[in-house]
Amino acid sequence: MTVTDDRPASVLGTRLLRREDPALLTGEAKYANDLNIPGALHLAVLRSPYAHAKILSVDVSAAAELPGVVAAYSGADLAGLWASPMPSAWAVTTDMKNPAHYPLASTKACYVGDGVACVLATSETIARDALELIDVQYEPLPAVVDLEDALSDRVVIHDELGTNSSYTWDLKIEGTEGQVAQAFADAAYTVSERFIQQRLIPMAMEPRAIVAVPQPFGGDMTLYSSTQIPHILKVMTALTLGIPEHQMRVVAPAVGGGFGSKLDVYAEELLCVALARKHKVPVRWNEERGENAVATIHGRGQIQYVELAADATGKLTAVRVRIVADMGGYQQLITAGIPILGAFLYAGVYDIPHAYDFSCTGVYTTLTPTDAYRGAGRPEATYAIERAMDVLADQMGIDPMDLRKRNFIAKEQFPYTAFTGLVYDSGDYLKAAELAAEMADYTGIRAKQTTQNVPGATKRIGIGQASYFEMCGLAPSRVLASLNYSAGGWESATVRVLPTNKVQVVSGTAPHGQGHETAWSMIVADRLGISPDDVDVLHSDTAIAPLGLDTYGSRSLPVGGVAIAMACDKVIDKAKKIAAHQLEANEDDLDFAGGSFTVKGSPDRTMPLAAIAFEAFTAHNLPDGLEPNLEAQVTYDPPNFSWPFGTHICTVEVDTETGNVEVLQYVAVDDCGNQVNPLIVEGQVHGGVVQGLAQALYEEAVYDTDGNLKNASLAEYLVPAASDVPNITLGHTITPSPTNPLGVKGIGEAGTIGAAPAVMNAVIDALSGLGVTDMPMPASPHNVWKAIQAAQGASK
Amino acid sequence: MIPAAFDYVRAGSAAEAISLIGEHGDEAKFLAGGHSLLPLMKLRLAAPSVLVDIGRVSDLSYIRDAGDHIAIGALTRHMDVENSAVLKEHAPLLAHAASHVGDPQVRHRGTIGGSIAHADSASDLPATTLALGATYVAQGPNGTREIAATDFYHGFLQSALAADEMLTEIRVPKMQGAGWSFQKFNRRAQDWAIVGVAAWRRNGDSGVALVNMGSTPILATSVASALAGGASVSEAAQLAAAEAEPQNDLNASQEYRVHLAKVLVRRALEEASK
Ligand SMILES: Cc1cc2nc3c(=O)[nH]c(=O)nc-3n(C[C@H](O)[C@H](O)[C@H](O)COP(=O)(O)OP(=O)(O)OC[C@H]3O[C@@H](n4cnc5c(N)ncnc54)[C@H](O)[C@@H]3O)c2cc1C
Repeated sequence: MTVTDDRPASVLGTRLLRREDPALLTGEAKYANDLNIPGALHLAVLRSPYAHAKILSVDVSAAAELPGVVAAYSGADLAGLWASPMPSAWAVTTDMKNPAHYPLASTKACYVGDGVACVLATSETIARDALELIDVQYEPLPAVVDLEDALSDRVVIHDELGTNSSYTWDLKIEGTEGQVAQAFADAAYTVSERFIQQRLIPMAMEPRAIVAVPQPFGGDMTLYSSTQIPHILKVMTALTLGIPEHQMRVVAPAVGGGFGSKLDVYAEELLCVALARKHKVPVRWNEERGENAVATIHGRGQIQYVELAADATGKLTAVRVRIVADMGGYQQLITAGIPILGAFLYAGVYDIPHAYDFSCTGVYTTLTPTDAYRGAGRPEATYAIERAMDVLADQMGIDPMDLRKRNFIAKEQFPYTAFTGLVYDSGDYLKAAELAAEMADYTGIRAKQTTQNVPGATKRIGIGQASYFEMCGLAPSRVLASLNYSAGGWESATVRVLPTNKVQVVSGTAPHGQGHETAWSMIVADRLGISPDDVDVLHSDTAIAPLGLDTYGSRSLPVGGVAIAMACDKVIDKAKKIAAHQLEANEDDLDFAGGSFTVKGSPDRTMPLAAIAFEAFTAHNLPDGLEPNLEAQVTYDPPNFSWPFGTHICTVEVDTETGNVEVLQYVAVDDCGNQVNPLIVEGQVHGGVVQGLAQALYEEAVYDTDGNLKNASLAEYLVPAASDVPNITLGHTITPSPTNPLGVKGIGEAGTIGAAPAVMNAVIDALSGLGVTDMPMPASPHNVWKAIQAAQGASK
Repeated sequence: MIPAAFDYVRAGSAAEAISLIGEHGDEAKFLAGGHSLLPLMKLRLAAPSVLVDIGRVSDLSYIRDAGDHIAIGALTRHMDVENSAVLKEHAPLLAHAASHVGDPQVRHRGTIGGSIAHADSASDLPATTLALGATYVAQGPNGTREIAATDFYHGFLQSALAADEMLTEIRVPKMQGAGWSFQKFNRRAQDWAIVGVAAWRRNGDSGVALVNMGSTPILATSVASALAGGASVSEAAQLAAAEAEPQNDLNASQEYRVHLAKVLVRRALEEASK
């Protein structure tokens, strides 16, 4: 007899097309800027042209007289509107120095772009024209652009702090006292490198846009914002403006990308809400691209001193790291914590003893504030260790792949309790590295190098690798507490089965391009045995989804998605009680599959979820004491972080005459555990890799010594386009996470984390025969040429 | 990104456009493809009070074989230059250079006349037509005149055109089978060149012009004379920057630009000599 299983195969793991895309691709999706709000006034913000200047006087009278202008304000005019300074949610140390920061500066401007005055007018054009009529008298002060200059306190930016240093955060872990120093003393090899993480501008495709709409009666306020964090924004706006929280509603409509830059509470959001309250009319603001480059946060901005100690076989015996991290002119929401998110990862995927010495000093400069940018702290850490590993391999005269294999945490060691006490839940780093090496023809390219990279060759090939892991999900809440982060890491989900067996899922995540609606509907469809088309996903409106902690840190699936699966299970438990009651069976005797409950051994005694949903609704025949309706809510606080990993291998050809780098091949092998939708995973990896590759080859916020951003447009700030990036070959291994019921791990940032070091290792590898050992990112043709010139000058 | 207020008038012919410009005086500007002018206006680096749109003067969009040269109407879009069979046969260097201008959107809107009239040394077609020994035809209130490309470029974004003169035609001598090369060195495919080289060689003759190596497109006459005098390609290429006055910017120092010019001229001449 043949047994056929005619249940539909699960939708989980299939390449279901994204349901979000038709609206996005046809222009039907409504962004904040598209909302038609009759009677709204337009806000425009006058920004400081100086990086550092005293504000001597602000005269808005001429602007106020321009026809169409409703009001014009200086920072001082609005000082009474703020119940507290702009929020900063991460005091990484108890003695961290953090200057009070208000939506408009009134005594001093601390970066080019710092808001100093604003205008409300009946059109955006009038508002912007009026800015030109505001007369601000400044006393320019010296700019502080260089991080080590900032540390010297030659010029102190915030007088009230007395220093530019905000905090120093240490993490020293030793098995025995003095172990780190001893390891360096005893080492057969040591590496000591200084790396620069250049400032990057996130450049989300949609600049920010905001509309604050006061309700006509009762004081309620709705804030529409292009934000990643409607829930956090709601609380913070309420606190900063003294609005009762229950009267604040925040909606994130379609949001065109964030990459961390919309994980913030911005001056313009507070200005729009405060002025909408004051004038009792809707107030809106749209950011221009050039404004976005200076007034929205930047990412990275670190100097890293990295030291490795290794024994004669190349086994790492200690890691020592000093970081100087650029806060910018002020702290934004979680500025101080960004480098700390990487603090635990500077030993990378390697098995090191309890010999780790990390220290980070956050310092103010007169530049745009920094904050989270895709990977936030973890790309920086991974770059440092992965570049340093290549330097060590070079010193030992062994292949960098070989060195990594000698140091990988072995598959058998998982779950692995690291020197930090963190438990890496699962992993097989060697397997991912070997798969990537095979896909990239690692040995073939090494062989090709011996024939191509001969003396005098002007086209040299290089191959570079980065083996990474990362901690994302950014939970459990208790661990976040130990880092002094002021919020938790849980996520909420509600699953509601409607009387006709259609399902509403309410999620506290806030997608801005990721495809949550598709992925969440697949999780529900799989759990409840229905079609994803029958699942509606509600999110990003605090009136509809009141509980949530939003989307960042690759948390949405491993926290929010898991909460949805658990809420489904709770719904099934309740449905089972109803089925048992109506089928007159014992709950333990019921199986749930394909959307129906069936009595074990009696295939004809069955009841589909559709029937139960209707029974739950009519409530005519429910078990005693059971509440009507079929709905469950879960708030999930994960027991551990999420630990994705992988190996990326990049092959480049460098033109030594021009300095041009051509990426010949890019292989990414990533392991994010079980994949809900491989199409979405691939999209995340593609985008992530391109952003990491952009840091390695293209992007850098360039400042002059006066603190002016020199490349504030997309013509000069080189975000690579489709024609500039190589085909990316993807592979994956699957090591399910043992800590959550879906076995999933975050994949939103992994690509970015792996890419920059893989590309830079390849570029340096290509030029190693010419004596080049390092160069600053981006490896632009000019920087590559200069590095070759310098190395050849040195060898002469 | 919002330009200052301006008036807009559309011209149906070159003559009408010229009289409209005359009427509105100094503050008026021709609008062709708008792909150089509008970005400047959005950044408020230009604020003309009147735009005279010549984009629909369709009788100035043509590419014709005129015997010893090819005549190209000023309103011809980059995309039509790129794809022209006549140009591919008689001036392939120009057709190829047009294919490197910006991205497809830019090439569908931007015009060869706008590119030359704008006189941006970083643009590809001014230097390319200069290398080819082109002549430009300008029409003003008092009739037309011919201006040699070598006399046209006066400084950064400055040309021999008077404010009320309109560029109507570009005349490019036939290349007669010359070898040629266009080297555009940039960081992203859509960008202007950091340094570019347009070059051709035929028997003892040659023409080499440089993109973005000074405030105007640069004719590298020293290279051509060296070649005519029997120098090797590598020797001649060493003189690549003799006429240039390159600037420092975010993408390149002066020193690096000079180096790039030498490398790219050598590569261009090698390719053109094949
Ligand atoms: C994103 C982008 C990338 C680009 N990349 C490149 C590139 O890589 N290489 C390159 O060469 N160019 C590039 N360009 C510029 C593009 O080629 C422009 O189209 C061209 O330089 C100007 O042509 P236009 O027809 O758009 O002129 P417009 O912008 O309409 O006019 C430019 C100027 O010329 C004047 N003008 C126009 N036509 C005439 C005429 N017939 N007579 C007299 N005056 C006239 C106008 O008054 C104005 O001052 C790029 C542009 C953009 C927006």
